[in-house]
Amino acid sequence: MDPSAAKLIGAGLASIALVGAGIGIGTIFGNYLQGALRNPSAAPTQFANLLLGFALAEATGLFGLVVALIILFVF
Amino acid sequence: MIGAAFAAEDADHGHDGGASLPDPMHQFEIKRLIPLELFGYDASFTNSALFMVIAASLITLFTLYAMRNSALVPTRLQSVAELSYEFVANMVRDNVGTAGMKYFPFVFTLFMFVLVLNMLGMVPYSFTVTSHIIVTFALAAFIFLGVTLIGFVKHGAKFLKFFVPEGVPFLMLPLLVVIEVISYLTRPLSLSVRLFANMMAGHTMLKVFGAFVVALGFLGGWAPLAFMVAFTGLEILVAFLQAYVFAILTCIYLNDALHMH
Repeated sequence: MDPSAAKLIGAGLASIALVGAGIGIGTIFGNYLQGALRNPSAAPTQFANLLLGFALAEATGLFGLVVALIILFVF
Repeated sequence: MIGAAFAAEDADHGHDGGASLPDPMHQFEIKRLIPLELFGYDASFTNSALFMVIAASLITLFTLYAMRNSALVPTRLQSVAELSYEFVANMVRDNVGTAGMKYFPFVFTLFMFVLVLNMLGMVPYSFTVTSHIIVTFALAAFIFLGVTLIGFVKHGAKFLKFFVPEGVPFLMLPLLVVIEVISYLTRPLSLSVRLFANMMAGHTMLKVFGAFVVALGFLGGWAPLAFMVAFTGLEILVAFLQAYVFAILTCIYLNDALHMH
């Protein structure tokens, strides 16, 4: 196979990391809503944790992007 | 389309003019404003340095100006300054405890610096300093070194117990200690890559969709334009959120060093 084609395929495969990020973000917001609807008075106190969890989950997807960029530009 | 733009970049950052879309990576280019060479090293004053200076002076001027004649009943500007102070103070107090208030000035500086750099990056035609991994890695590496030093100064050699989880079967220990040490050592990497990747990905995406607006013209450009408006809002949220996460993770690492588990 042409090495540049393999590079593009590898970069595309690295974007599979988005699956995990999507599941993670969905889980965090879903569970937050579930908890917030059950106990609305406790919801505002956990909002900071929600944002923290969101940012941490989103970052894993971006790590995949970094891997894709490294494959594309470094090698 | 993105691939085509990247491929254009790949052809040695070559402005070969082959791609129809503008290069989304062009915005991250570092330009030397005042060339300078010290002891054989390139110490030029770049656009990155310029924006760091702007951010630092903005924060200083803002806090000094907002608190210039502070009163018990605050003016609007004073309220903003006090809000940001309280915000970070609560963050440190909640995550590190009162023992951590000694390090509040550092966390406050860090948070404001990253926040202002991220927000300055949202201004059109400006430069996003935090979209360069060397900047975020330098910040994260100093945090990591400082926190580790604090741990060793405070606990001495006992700080090594941090890597030994409690209540684990003895046979599992060799494996778990290695995992703990590796996860500790990757902290500066994950801390820096998180901020850098978020800023770079966001700004690349903004540029790519901005190019779509132009490419689709007056009739079709409205759809990506609407997306751009929404996405700019999300980017401003991310700019704040990443500064917050950077500061709060610093607090969590500091808490680990001060209180160990």
